[in-house]
Amino acid sequence: MSNNVQYGFYVDSSKCTGCKTCQVACKDRKDLPVGINWRRVYEYGGGLWTENADGTVNQNVFAYYSSIGCNHCSEPACVKACPTGAMHKRKQDGLVHVASELCIGCESCARACPYDAPQIDRARKVMTKCDGCYERLAEGKNPTCVESCPMRAIDFGTMDELKEKYPDAVKPNFAPLPSSSITSPNLLMKPNRHARASGSIDGVVLNHSEV
Amino acid sequence: MERRSFLKMSAAMGCAATVAGCNSSSSDVEVVPPAPLPPITEEKLNWSACLVNCGSNCPVKVFSRDGVITRIESQFTTDDEYGNHDVRACLRGRALRKRVYAPERLKYPMKRVGPRGSGQFERISWDEALNIVAERLQGIIDQYGNEAIYNMLGTGTFGHFKNQEMVQRLMNAMGGNLGWYGVYSYAQLFEASTYTFGNPYVGLQGSSVAEMQNSDLVLFVGFNPSEIRMSGSGMSYDFLHHKQKTNFKSIIIDPRYTDTALGKEDQWVPIRPGTDAALFEALAFEWITQGKVDQAFLDKYCVGYDEKTMPEGVGYEESYKSYILDNATVGDLTPGVNAKTPAWAAGITGIPEHTIIELAREIAAAKAPFIQLGLGLNRQAAGENNMRAGYMLSILLGKIGLPGTSNGGQCKGGFFVAPKSPVGPNPITKQISMFTYVQAVEDGKNMSVLKDGVRGVELDENGDGKLGTDIKAIVNWFSNSMVNQHSDVNRTREVLKDESKCEFILVVDNVMTTSATFADIILPDTTWLEDEELVNQNNAGGDTATLIQMSSGIEPLFESRHNYEICTEIAKKMGVEQEFTQGKTQQQWLDEMYAGAKAANPGLPDKEVMLKQGIYRKYLPHGSHIALKDFRDDPETNRLYTPSGKLEIYSSRLAHKARTWELREGDVISALPKYTPTWDGYEDSETQEKYPLQLTCYHTKGRVHSSYHNIPWLREVVQDAVWMNPLDAQARNLKTGDLVHVFNDRGTLEVEVKVTPRIMIGVTALGQGAWSKFEDGIDKGGNINTITSQRPTPLSKGNPQHTNLVEIRKA
Repeated sequence: MSNNVQYGFYVDSSKCTGCKTCQVACKDRKDLPVGINWRRVYEYGGGLWTENADGTVNQNVFAYYSSIGCNHCSEPACVKACPTGAMHKRKQDGLVHVASELCIGCESCARACPYDAPQIDRARKVMTKCDGCYERLAEGKNPTCVESCPMRAIDFGTMDELKEKYPDAVKPNFAPLPSSSITSPNLLMKPNRHARASGSIDGVVLNHSEV
Repeated sequence: MERRSFLKMSAAMGCAATVAGCNSSSSDVEVVPPAPLPPITEEKLNWSACLVNCGSNCPVKVFSRDGVITRIESQFTTDDEYGNHDVRACLRGRALRKRVYAPERLKYPMKRVGPRGSGQFERISWDEALNIVAERLQGIIDQYGNEAIYNMLGTGTFGHFKNQEMVQRLMNAMGGNLGWYGVYSYAQLFEASTYTFGNPYVGLQGSSVAEMQNSDLVLFVGFNPSEIRMSGSGMSYDFLHHKQKTNFKSIIIDPRYTDTALGKEDQWVPIRPGTDAALFEALAFEWITQGKVDQAFLDKYCVGYDEKTMPEGVGYEESYKSYILDNATVGDLTPGVNAKTPAWAAGITGIPEHTIIELAREIAAAKAPFIQLGLGLNRQAAGENNMRAGYMLSILLGKIGLPGTSNGGQCKGGFFVAPKSPVGPNPITKQISMFTYVQAVEDGKNMSVLKDGVRGVELDENGDGKLGTDIKAIVNWFSNSMVNQHSDVNRTREVLKDESKCEFILVVDNVMTTSATFADIILPDTTWLEDEELVNQNNAGGDTATLIQMSSGIEPLFESRHNYEICTEIAKKMGVEQEFTQGKTQQQWLDEMYAGAKAANPGLPDKEVMLKQGIYRKYLPHGSHIALKDFRDDPETNRLYTPSGKLEIYSSRLAHKARTWELREGDVISALPKYTPTWDGYEDSETQEKYPLQLTCYHTKGRVHSSYHNIPWLREVVQDAVWMNPLDAQARNLKTGDLVHVFNDRGTLEVEVKVTPRIMIGVTALGQGAWSKFEDGIDKGGNINTITSQRPTPLSKGNPQHTNLVEIRKA
């Protein structure tokens, strides 16, 4: 049964305009309520301003967005943290799923994941997350977020396919994302021209309320 | 098999629970996957569209099951190759399901039972409602005449069949109504374009985005496609595509570091709102003094640049060159004390002098500068002159009508023509600026041509004339302009509450908007997803032209009715059914209009095919448009519609208006484009003593104007918050997420603050369109129009909704 296929995402942060269409399309497909965002678009920015005596200003402002769902990590912190085994990594495609009938809603996975991928459904007391639109994959389609993106900034496929299609893509070691060494995310990125390295203090996440 | 895997995994659970770092790689256990969703093949697919006023009319694939919409998709091509790419709806289109099933849907006809504006209504039958509407409108016609009825500007739906044109045909059948001119989007641009280019629409028909491929420098001043034209195959995607393939230099001048920037800019130049003209004049100063202007172009194509092209009887001292140099001596380039130097503009705009000089050098050095002015520039207190000053950039450099250039106009998108509901003539010729309607309710009788820009009235020997009527009834169709989107909501509410002034208000809509709460009678219309019609890409769909055959897999919700049925019933009650319907059923109209579209677009498949296929599209069906190319190529044959037939830098018509119009103190109409400091502007130091922050509005991605405001998904993913620079926030001890009051003499609104470096110091910005919700006099809905002013701009009498001074403090 196992063919060691590993699916993952590709995100081109030089194209992303932070429109959140991916985020809303995902909510529509999965009928997710407010408060549950399987895909989130992080706005990261910084820069300093100075005011001159003549009323003019100087600045070195920058910003960029990163659209993140679940990276279906090769070393998923959520799976390690799950006390019931509900959070699991599928052998057939490497997607990380929640077996909701086993989930006790303890949120250990959410605390462990450095990407905020697990999203608790407080009404049902069960953890939820991006499932890679596995049922669409079965129909030969891409996940909804990919097909929704007006900027064509998101792609999906097996990691081998993605590496071949985007030979210049790199590991997602860009702020505000953590170092990829923590969970080995199956996410490739083309960084924004303004991208700062993971852990940078040049900027901050500017849109906490939206993610 | 799966069950065994499940058990195996359960046995392994102890490991996960107790041992940190337990192996969890892909060699991990297999488990039962979550139950799959029902196969989508059981669903029904209908094509529809999002017809809000972003100007993009995006197609959407609507899936439904058992008459209930289940989801929205937008992909339809297989390879999505640019030029034959998907027309992908933005987040708003993807939230359409929630809009159809919103709790705010108007379900039944209703009549007001509390005081006007209280929002207290009672359900009534369609028959009773239609009788009341017909009786009240007829009563007002009998007592005050048709000119006392006002058909509110509304942009809640951009259908070809169901639209404002259909409503106006009904009004015309009833004998007509007081008309309006101008629109909230570009009233000032219309005038600026008319006096410069001879036609209001030239300012809306800049070069195609595709021309950027032939440009070496793209300059956006206040233009922000990634937040306003982000949908479908729109300008945002066209711009991104060309920027990444062609790599022209891009400079963005804007008070906000917009989503159009984000690395796609080579340079961002923050500027204070409303001071654009000062920057433009400083660029002009540099070009004139450095010999960078295209003298041959100015001599041949323009009026008013220097002594060679002044109208008869007007001297060099009235010329543009003399104005910029502040020197009335022909041939003398010595700047006077009021010369428009970069040093002068620096203190006003906030842009350092050396940056302005460098900008001037770069733009002048460009072979094909593509210049686009955003509409935000025109919604300023001196918006007409702000736009005219911007049009000067391409004119001075002679970079007009050439490949890769644009004239400052809005990019003209690809388009397919398709018929719209016929309107016919309005028997009433009287018109007011749409932005003066509240004044016309209060005291329309005394509004005049020279003071208020009234049109279509009888003129006296001075060219003046009075409107001679007050607005006594408002019909407000698919519109939230009556209250929410109009400036100074507090004043509007006070005026509309008085039933002795406006005696009757009809609202037809599909959600309970802020404006709808002021209705006397509400009639519920269907949403687009319950309708059938053929629509095109509208005016801002980017370089791809589309025709979309909408149809529906669901029935009209509740007691809502299609607008054609509503109009027909009202027409019937008023005895003008034949005039309105012209003897045709809804289906006959639709079939006839489809035939018209097919005649105009021979490649359009039959309707039966289109009902399945949904979309007919073509990239740049008329080629890439170069603004004013015809005029550039042959200015004699293709004269502009200005009196001189040329580009008018100096306008004799405006010189005349400057002499004859009655303006408020501080307002300026000028023959030349001139930077004009205004009330509530950066240079209004008196008001700034109380209200030191400039507040500009922008178009938030989470709404289109006020449409979609009621969708919680969109409220969640695009925060409604007033943007503030960290230095201004520090001075007020504010942090992101704090609830603040934004206020001036006109009102107070409550909203969260977003502290962000992405905005100019001393400037704040709030996405427009939130629905007002007043509690104890404070607008807790956070509508920017609670603090905007109803003072119209000098020439177009348009809306200066981006010119505001406020103070902000913790709520």
